[in-house]
Amino acid sequence: MAEELIPIYIMGKKYMVPPTLTIMKALEYSGYQLIRGVGCRGGFCGACATVYRLPGDYRLQIGLACQTVVQPGMYLAQIPFFPAQRAAYRLDELEPTFQTVFTLYPELMRCLSCGTCTKACPQDIDVKQYMADAMRGDIHAVADRSFDCIMCGLCAARCPAEEAQYNIAILCRRLYGKYLAPKAEHLAERVREIEEGKWDAALEELKSLSEEELRKRYNERDIEPA
Amino acid sequence: MSYTPEMRESIKRVEATRSARLSETWPMMTPAEKQEILERFHPDYIREGMREIRVGVSKGQRMPLELADIVEGRSHLHSDSLDLEQIDYDTDVLVIGGGGAGASAAILARENGAKVILATKLRFGDANTMMAQGGIQAADKPNDSPAIHYLDVMGGGHFANVPDLVEALVKDAPLVIRWLEELGCMFDKEPDGTLVTIHGGGTSRKRMHSARDYSGAEIMRTLRDEVRSYPEDIAILEFAPAIELIMDDKGQCAGAVLKNLETGEHLIVRAKCTIVATGGSGRLHYQGYPTTNHHGATGDGIVLCYRAGAKLAFLDTMQYHPTGAAYPEQIVGLLVTEKVRGLGAQVCNVDGKQFVYPRETRDVEASAIIRECVERGKGVRTPTGMLGVWLDSPMINIIHGPGTIEAKLPAMVRQFARFGIDITKDPMLVYPTLHYQNGGVALDVHGRTNVPNLFVAGEISGGVHGRNRLMGNSLLEITVFGRRAGRAATLRSKEVELGQLTLAHLDDWERQLKEAGVEPKLVSPILLPDYTRKVR
Repeated sequence: MAEELIPIYIMGKKYMVPPTLTIMKALEYSGYQLIRGVGCRGGFCGACATVYRLPGDYRLQIGLACQTVVQPGMYLAQIPFFPAQRAAYRLDELEPTFQTVFTLYPELMRCLSCGTCTKACPQDIDVKQYMADAMRGDIHAVADRSFDCIMCGLCAARCPAEEAQYNIAILCRRLYGKYLAPKAEHLAERVREIEEGKWDAALEELKSLSEEELRKRYNERDIEPA
Repeated sequence: MSYTPEMRESIKRVEATRSARLSETWPMMTPAEKQEILERFHPDYIREGMREIRVGVSKGQRMPLELADIVEGRSHLHSDSLDLEQIDYDTDVLVIGGGGAGASAAILARENGAKVILATKLRFGDANTMMAQGGIQAADKPNDSPAIHYLDVMGGGHFANVPDLVEALVKDAPLVIRWLEELGCMFDKEPDGTLVTIHGGGTSRKRMHSARDYSGAEIMRTLRDEVRSYPEDIAILEFAPAIELIMDDKGQCAGAVLKNLETGEHLIVRAKCTIVATGGSGRLHYQGYPTTNHHGATGDGIVLCYRAGAKLAFLDTMQYHPTGAAYPEQIVGLLVTEKVRGLGAQVCNVDGKQFVYPRETRDVEASAIIRECVERGKGVRTPTGMLGVWLDSPMINIIHGPGTIEAKLPAMVRQFARFGIDITKDPMLVYPTLHYQNGGVALDVHGRTNVPNLFVAGEISGGVHGRNRLMGNSLLEITVFGRRAGRAATLRSKEVELGQLTLAHLDDWERQLKEAGVEPKLVSPILLPDYTRKVR
């Protein structure tokens, strides 16, 4: 089945591509073998941040190349790397407080709450809101709201206050996960048991079984209801 | 891009049977039925898809044709290509690969006192780890135990697994969850701190831990941030894949030749111990299958290790994930996490009827879907001619309450919404997709290979999963064996005396190819998949 091709402009150069392709596949269709600007090809890794513009529209739009379908006349370029600062810290030396976040990222308070970051996020995260949470010192809220962040850097690339929002977000998620989230007591208990060797004998016994005996145990094992 | 009218008709039949299906689950297969369906439908059993390799220490082992071709490839280098005296980096431990296994290894190596170089082909964190959605297994609930976990792993792997490796896996599992919790990983928890756990295919206890459906991403970004906390001890080299291992004149592994992917420059790394954690090979598209894998999953590490003399195991078995997206075309092959079935979604054919228990082990589940489509003609055909079956996701909100899908599967909701499909209201069309390399380089419980000072960890290795891996045991494997290899390599590095560096094993490899009459089809490792349309 012959398919109508549509024009797209990769870094200003015109290529004719099938209209059903994602930007990533259109790049490959046009002859690019990708090294930068390609990662998981599934929308999880943030390697393929892309900026584009459509004809007749002055506004810049953003998307992940692996998740966005081409449109006729699309002008595009990738931003595969963004030189944002990650503060120097070691998590076990920190306290889960506003002061920690502010000390490591003092530019936090320069945030203008303009919302450009939220508009730039390909994950539809309300970045502006979690920055507001951070300024209030609500680490749990930042962690929760930023959870789907893939650290592509598009928020930072567009920020007039030169924030590295995604680095603030991962700091807050780690602070929350380590210090503020309730600890799993049953896990600590099982770790103790294992360190005391409580399960060693049972495992040794299983390892010593013949395949036939092991199969029997496996087929007869009880299964916890769904 | 929403469903076509023909697909809509079929969805109506799925909806019509839904309320009745809520109270009836298709029975599990008997062991004999499982064996039969595997032999008839699983891609591992398609004889024409595999061949024996003709050279090297594991000569005679079977593996997929595409993998055999790169294993029997020609090196990018000869023994005299480079001046090995010009050392660019000298280190205690070299970690090759920037996924979850490599990151875990680097953290433990540093903790034990090593200076570390972590070299990776693409960006640090560009790995299959990042894409693992469903979860990580660990027996930490009172009704569960490492022994029960052991039994599930052995059964899932068809009892071919290496018992000592399985023991290490299940015993370290709770330790790893605890370690990740301490590193700030946000696992799903109840308000009192109890970890939320669900079933996965082949589990007899609910021991699948998750971080929404970004489980792997959450683990990867946490480990990556931890590695980046120690720049004085761990140097990270991105876009610098290893293209060969370096040996010394005593037959020990002594580092690697890296290649700057952008400038083409070669870099010589001398290392007392080397850990190869380069992941799998889904981008070789065995038997033409689409894949869930990362862009860089081209089996490079297997090639390097094998040329250096490391033994291989279980490479004749690959994992085809039962539920890859079959529609829309833009995301064909993309992983639809097993958590969808873990939460209660059933699998239905074109008539809206169940035909398989939704949580069989992956190989059996995949085989049943292939049978339904190929032999029984009960698949749904897409406009591009692909076949698939329905995964009835809307059931989840009926079973667990409104909003569950949105809360537990945000990544899946977003993936499909981008193409106009609302998985809270409509089912997803799925078909098996190439997911995981069950086998690889043989190792012991410390990650040691048979080559002195050469370690492996993660998907590149073979043995712990036997002939089929259970869901949730790969995130576990990479952390358990990454940590073990990192620790063991560091301890070993303290007693290593390296001799003269050499690439003589490459000439030896050429000679072996020649003697076996093998004319290599390509130069390997291939490093990057080539999807470019061939232009004039």
